[in-house]
Amino acid sequence: MTRRLDSDVAIIGGGIVGASAALFLRKMGKSVTLLERDFCGSRSSGVNYGGVRRQGRSIIQLPLAQRAHVIWGQLPQLLGMEGEYQRCGHLKIARSQADVASLEDYQKRSLGYDLDLQILSGDTLRSRYPWLGQSVVGGSLCAQDGHANPRLVSPAFAQAAKQAGADIHEQSQVIDMAHSRNGFVLHTHKGLEVRSRYLLNCAGAWAGFVAQSFAESVPIEALHPVMAVTEPLRPLMTLSLGVEGGGIYARQAVRGNCVIGGSRGFALDDLRARPSREAIGLVLARTVELLPDLHNAHVIRTWSGTEGYLPDHEPVIGPSGTTPGLIHGFGFAGSGFQLGPAVGEVLSELVCRGSSSTPIEAFSISRFTKVFRPSLQPFQQPKEIFHEN
Amino acid sequence: MIQALAPVIVGAGPAGIRAAQTLVANGLRPVVVDESANWGGQIYRQPPAHFVRTKKELYGFESAKAQSVLSAMQGLLPHVDYRPHTLVWNVQGGQLDLLHQGQTSTLAYSQVIVTSGATDRILPFRGWTLPGVFSLGGAQVALKFQGCSIGKKVVFAGSGPLLYLVAYQYAKAGAHVVALLDSGKLSDQVAAMSDLLAQPAWLAKGLYYVAWLHAHGVAVHRGAVPLEAKGQDCLESLLWQDDRGVHSLACDAVATGYGLRSEAQLADLLDCQFVWNAVQGAWLPVCDESGRTSVSGVYLAGDGASVEGADAAEWSGERAALTLLSDRAGHATAEHVARSAALSGHITKRKIFGRGLARAFPDPLNWAAQTPDDLLVCRCEEVTAGDLRQTAAEAGVQEINRLKALSRVGMGRCQGRMCVCAAAEILAQCTGQSLEKVGRLRAQAPIKPIPFTTMLKAESVSGKDMA
Amino acid sequence: MSQAPVPLNEPGLLTRMSETQRERVTFFLDGQALTGLRGDTVLTAVLMHRKFVRYSDESGAHRAGFCWMGACQDCWISSEAGDRFKACSTMLEPSMKLISGQGGST
Repeated sequence: MTRRLDSDVAIIGGGIVGASAALFLRKMGKSVTLLERDFCGSRSSGVNYGGVRRQGRSIIQLPLAQRAHVIWGQLPQLLGMEGEYQRCGHLKIARSQADVASLEDYQKRSLGYDLDLQILSGDTLRSRYPWLGQSVVGGSLCAQDGHANPRLVSPAFAQAAKQAGADIHEQSQVIDMAHSRNGFVLHTHKGLEVRSRYLLNCAGAWAGFVAQSFAESVPIEALHPVMAVTEPLRPLMTLSLGVEGGGIYARQAVRGNCVIGGSRGFALDDLRARPSREAIGLVLARTVELLPDLHNAHVIRTWSGTEGYLPDHEPVIGPSGTTPGLIHGFGFAGSGFQLGPAVGEVLSELVCRGSSSTPIEAFSISRFTKVFRPSLQPFQQPKEIFHEN
Repeated sequence: MIQALAPVIVGAGPAGIRAAQTLVANGLRPVVVDESANWGGQIYRQPPAHFVRTKKELYGFESAKAQSVLSAMQGLLPHVDYRPHTLVWNVQGGQLDLLHQGQTSTLAYSQVIVTSGATDRILPFRGWTLPGVFSLGGAQVALKFQGCSIGKKVVFAGSGPLLYLVAYQYAKAGAHVVALLDSGKLSDQVAAMSDLLAQPAWLAKGLYYVAWLHAHGVAVHRGAVPLEAKGQDCLESLLWQDDRGVHSLACDAVATGYGLRSEAQLADLLDCQFVWNAVQGAWLPVCDESGRTSVSGVYLAGDGASVEGADAAEWSGERAALTLLSDRAGHATAEHVARSAALSGHITKRKIFGRGLARAFPDPLNWAAQTPDDLLVCRCEEVTAGDLRQTAAEAGVQEINRLKALSRVGMGRCQGRMCVCAAAEILAQCTGQSLEKVGRLRAQAPIKPIPFTTMLKAESVSGKDMA
Repeated sequence: MSQAPVPLNEPGLLTRMSETQRERVTFFLDGQALTGLRGDTVLTAVLMHRKFVRYSDESGAHRAGFCWMGACQDCWISSEAGDRFKACSTMLEPSMKLISGQGGST
């Protein structure tokens, strides 16, 4: 039995990107149907590290990141909850002089984007933050960056969208999608038919399949960052930490648990990922080096997720190259949590006004001009695989 | 079919020991990994050295069985690779991850028998986190393994055969057992009689414990439910309720439990499929008569597969080993086939008895609906029943993992062991779903907390970056 | 081996019912010298003298373990050196220096 829904916009994917797009579209008066295969914000958006940072992003992402920073500042008004968001600072650690030089270079290149980065020596850092280990030679501090709890924030976007009148369907897998001059027609495995003028592809690591359905292939690869969490510990870390050149990222949640990420796990299947023992070992060994006070702590849980990576580690944001009305927002390479709400806002602008007030040309799908066969071809391994969210 | 790798047994309780014994008798040298210091599991837990109580004093009616199982393992020691004090914390790519004395290592396997046992199944009541309140299993360990009573005035509250057994053991050892509160009614136990008669010897034993308690002046109350453990910083009294009303008992210790809960985390990490078991009231790994799971090379036995008691653990351990042998050889000997059939017969009869136990010892009526909002369900994270209901209502939660993600229930150090049964009952009740529908909590490595210091070895072993 | 009798009922939560013939072991809890018996777990030894082993992470309420078999994770305790372990699964060693209440943090 088919139930039919008509709306201005259909969204595939209820992560932070899709859900925030739904919310902003509702604010702009559009009717929205969102289809999520699992539970909203339960995938990458809900299991990532929780970093809310601009520092370290490619320069072309910074306008979006700045826009997101403003939205994050309004989280309580937007979502009715704080989501444990703190602007406690993000410190990118240098372990060598070469790393310091790299941080200084980034500081120069990012001037004008209000990151207000301070480069500090290892000694200064240790006097301010005595819990930092001896291997820290220096660091770059972005005082207004921070972290939040993705388990709470991402579903809250969907909840807010729902309260604003978006029609949200969880555990609803899209099994076919088509476009004609009358717009899009989607069907879910539960017999729901959704017709819309616009379709937003916010399907995360699985967005390549959506794009393919519209004859638009991208070389997206699924990778699986590894996360670990400790038992509650006494207050230790007041910042979110990252490491220049890759390594681990670590923060301490409000309740005292330290959340640490890095390295890579593996897929059990298309939908499930697990941390590998090698990754767990590496991440934790590096943690003790960086944070000696964690020496006697314990890991109580590890997990992984499924993130979509394009070869240049930049997302695909913007209109489809093949299908009018189809707009993409995916492929955040493990760094989509902070950007998510701004991307959602941009997607809503693209629907309502046909253009984005934040530059997104660099993220156009058209940069992948090669035609791929439907079964995604392998491609070169990206050089740098350690990513913070 | 040639198997170069030694079979691995995880868990050295009665199931693991009989599995090891069977493999050794057939020419193999299994690796036996056990988290505890000594073999025996929980039911036949051996006291430390220099304890003098006899097996009769320790194990009562089960002393002959205990002796048989424990001495079997003693005799196996030269013929197995025995790894006590060793936690299996993860599994990946045909290798188990072990933790022993602060060092991690891996153990390759092609065939593994998981006999991980069970813990108490807990239905909490107000104040259950107070010092002085322990699980039934915990109270039993205190007495058996340490020669201690958990208090001077002990109340036993819950349901199930273990409730009566431990109360009896305490009273027999000279502890002051103030009362036994059984949530089941006499009528439940009468209704279960026909199934319980499938094993007349066990039924007789159970009736003996009840009679003995009565004869020794222990008040046994039926249809009795604990309401609140009260006290300043430790237990001072227990409020409880039955048909007659609300009562108070002065006490300094309560032992509580409502049956047992299979430890199935390793089976989950081994990617076994799970299925709802209506008699056990739990999602359990798919495991057929032979002990095979949905994963080739992975076998289960004992209470970790399904709670059927110590005797069934011995039988299923032996049976799983026989299956392993036939899978290894590509065929089964006539002797093994006959023996497996006999074991299956025993287990089937025990399952009928088990069905009777479930009927004889039901949970308190409408337990979930009666839990007050301020009841702590998750003792690690201090999440209340009210928190669960509110989260479920506000976020439209219908599924247990989603409830965990949004409320933190089950996120603490124990990873849901103590709270998942109660949380699932509450979620089912407040969403109007069956217990089956709310799903099962997914296991995540490490199976138990592991220290950071163990990981310092990892990088020196594989020095290259993850690329 | 000490010949002095061991009092059966120390002031803590637990009561010894048997096995009191064992050798006495001196250990330290929060700096105070106390006596346990060889073969006691740390949990037993501590709860013979005290009515808790740790504080809960959230509310700071007193906790004394629960399951005695390494499952509930509510009996974590520290040594003065900073090592942390489950009291129920760790045997008491002579001259062990323990700190109660700190089992929830570094």
